[in-house]
Amino acid sequence: MVKKSYILVCGGSACEASKADAIYESFKKVLEEEGLKNDVQVVKTGCFGFCEKGPIVKILPEEEFYVEVKPEDAEEIVHETIIKGRPVQRLLYKDKDLKVDPKADKFDMSKIGFYQKQFRIVLRNCGFIDPENIDEYIARDGYQALEKAITQLGPDGIINEMKTSGLRGRGGAGFPTWIKWNTTKGVTADQKYVVCNADEGDPGAYMDRSTLEGDPHSVLEAMTIAGYCVGASKGIIYIRAEYPLAIKRLEVAMKQSREYGLLGDDILGTGFNFDIEIRLGAGAFVCGEETALLRSIEGNRGMPTPKPPFPAVEGLWHCPTVINNVETYANVPVIILKGGEWFKQIGTEKSPGTKVFALTGKINNSGLVEVPMGTTLREIIYDIGGGIRNGKAFKAVQTGGPSGGVITTENLDTGIDFDALAKIGSMMGSGGMIVMSEEDCIVDVVKFYMTFCVDESCGKCSPCRIGTRKLLDYLTKISNGNGTMEDLDKMTEIGMAMKKAALCGLGQTAANPVLSTMRYFKDEYIEHVKDKKCVAGKCINLIRYEIDPSKCIGCTLCSKRCPAGAITGEKKMAHKIDQSKCVKCGECYKGCKFGAISKI
Amino acid sequence: MTLEALRALREGKKAEIDRRETDGKDVHIIIGMGTCGIAAGAKQVLEAFIDEIAAKKIENVTVKQTGCMGLCYVEPTVEVKVPGMPDTIYGKVDADVARKILKDHVVGKKLVSDHIFDRPSTDILK
Repeated sequence: MVKKSYILVCGGSACEASKADAIYESFKKVLEEEGLKNDVQVVKTGCFGFCEKGPIVKILPEEEFYVEVKPEDAEEIVHETIIKGRPVQRLLYKDKDLKVDPKADKFDMSKIGFYQKQFRIVLRNCGFIDPENIDEYIARDGYQALEKAITQLGPDGIINEMKTSGLRGRGGAGFPTWIKWNTTKGVTADQKYVVCNADEGDPGAYMDRSTLEGDPHSVLEAMTIAGYCVGASKGIIYIRAEYPLAIKRLEVAMKQSREYGLLGDDILGTGFNFDIEIRLGAGAFVCGEETALLRSIEGNRGMPTPKPPFPAVEGLWHCPTVINNVETYANVPVIILKGGEWFKQIGTEKSPGTKVFALTGKINNSGLVEVPMGTTLREIIYDIGGGIRNGKAFKAVQTGGPSGGVITTENLDTGIDFDALAKIGSMMGSGGMIVMSEEDCIVDVVKFYMTFCVDESCGKCSPCRIGTRKLLDYLTKISNGNGTMEDLDKMTEIGMAMKKAALCGLGQTAANPVLSTMRYFKDEYIEHVKDKKCVAGKCINLIRYEIDPSKCIGCTLCSKRCPAGAITGEKKMAHKIDQSKCVKCGECYKGCKFGAISKI
Repeated sequence: MTLEALRALREGKKAEIDRRETDGKDVHIIIGMGTCGIAAGAKQVLEAFIDEIAAKKIENVTVKQTGCMGLCYVEPTVEVKVPGMPDTIYGKVDADVARKILKDHVVGKKLVSDHIFDRPSTDILK
């Protein structure tokens, strides 16, 4: 039955964490009470992407877009918007730069800066359909690509479309997807596998999780198409156990697909058999590397193996294996349905299509964005992201997580694609984008990434195991104020050696944050080494707090706030900080109402 | 499930999901759902529009609700916006008139003359 209105409640992890569940229930309750249960449907969707302002509720077709909704707001929304057709003004998103005609009848969501420059292929259904209802996916042309692939294209036709589209792997390296598929297709074997890499590990990245949470069927359909194309009958989704919601939604989706005969034996009566199972990863970063991932599925310790042989030829249990990332798969049904030519027109010549980024850090609108390749960083950060938080100055953006590098002001107008980012010393990576402001210290940030890499290095090859440890040692030394100029040269040397000698992608790229910041922020390193200064005030051993006796009125607030008992002084007399006891937490600095404490 | 069954299911569910779609739809039907409108039967009008659009498979149309348009003496009121035609407000609309609006105005691009009421208070809005 066609409903009059739909209430879409965001059910992504971020919004769930801020009570999206309770909001959903509360809408159901209010609708029941008002006798509108049959006229209005509440839909729990995947991520809207605008996580900064979550939980988000959207009313369709009225197109009201409500932000930061609380469970108790449900009643007002139903009474005002659903029954009387009036927007609840206080919950509408207010964009300070929003150019909306106040006389216009309706608030136009597409005019919100955050959505204006986005183009959604991968996230086409996210925030629109109920991910736990296969019918809604089917109604949005779901499984039509599978139908076309089997009945019209055939394996060669699929490869052709994929080749024309120019789709490159979205996991980070950007390898052409059609070559992987074609290689596996060309190998004769009794058993072949299709694997989905959902082991998203970059700090701050959550594109794949949101895709699986919001539109699990798109990945299942693409894997089935891949299976048909290469002649595999089994698919495995390797997903980290830290993504419980994505796992649950995948399980529901797989169950529904099996009931509909879209997975299992004799799919759609075509005689093609394909089924998918889920394997949970224990959260090791290295298992995102394809060979380590396959070893982990086999039940072995997740450690990479040298390539060749490539998984496409000899992968899981020595069988030919197609392995792609979640976002790559999510593109496939659209390519098959609309054709490679259509896809090729989007994005840049060498990197067609779109890319999903998880925008985080010191940015006003953090969230999930999908833009055509070739969009500049400036557009992403200022137009979509709404600029830097608290009006601070932009310093750099880290793409590619611990494997990538920084991009600075001078490259803000670079159109983003695989090759452009590699050229300026960073990499696309899986799509994490961490924005840094003038308040961030480069040495401190790089130290964080290196600590992560030391933890996550599997230890199999020495360039990575020893290299990451040595780099961290140097970084710690520098941030403590003990670094020398020779250390800086040594770091570059070690980094270059790791790049050449490490066994897998993790080790080869682990030094990237160091190498790229050495290129763009050498001055800041030198400042730490020579002047023993951390301008951003993040390296605690290089800063100290002091009280200006002429400004201090002896209110005793600082000494009360100090957790280390380092501040002493009589009431109404100037206080003093004992530097040997100070732990540099900054509590006194934040608390002083007279500006008497300075950070040096 | 067979291919035919999948196709049939997709077609069947399209109308439902299409009601949610707003992109690329350029015809807007806006129904006044103030207390006065509802009392005069706006709900039945809304239902008539939705059912007829689904039944006749008319594309590009969104049906939205709004508050009172200030024409309480001719409720239920419906505003129809079709590109290339003047925005029109109809009054005293019932289910039959709703179907007529879809047939003549939206599909046939002809105004339904017996029920037209001008856009109110344009001078005040300025």
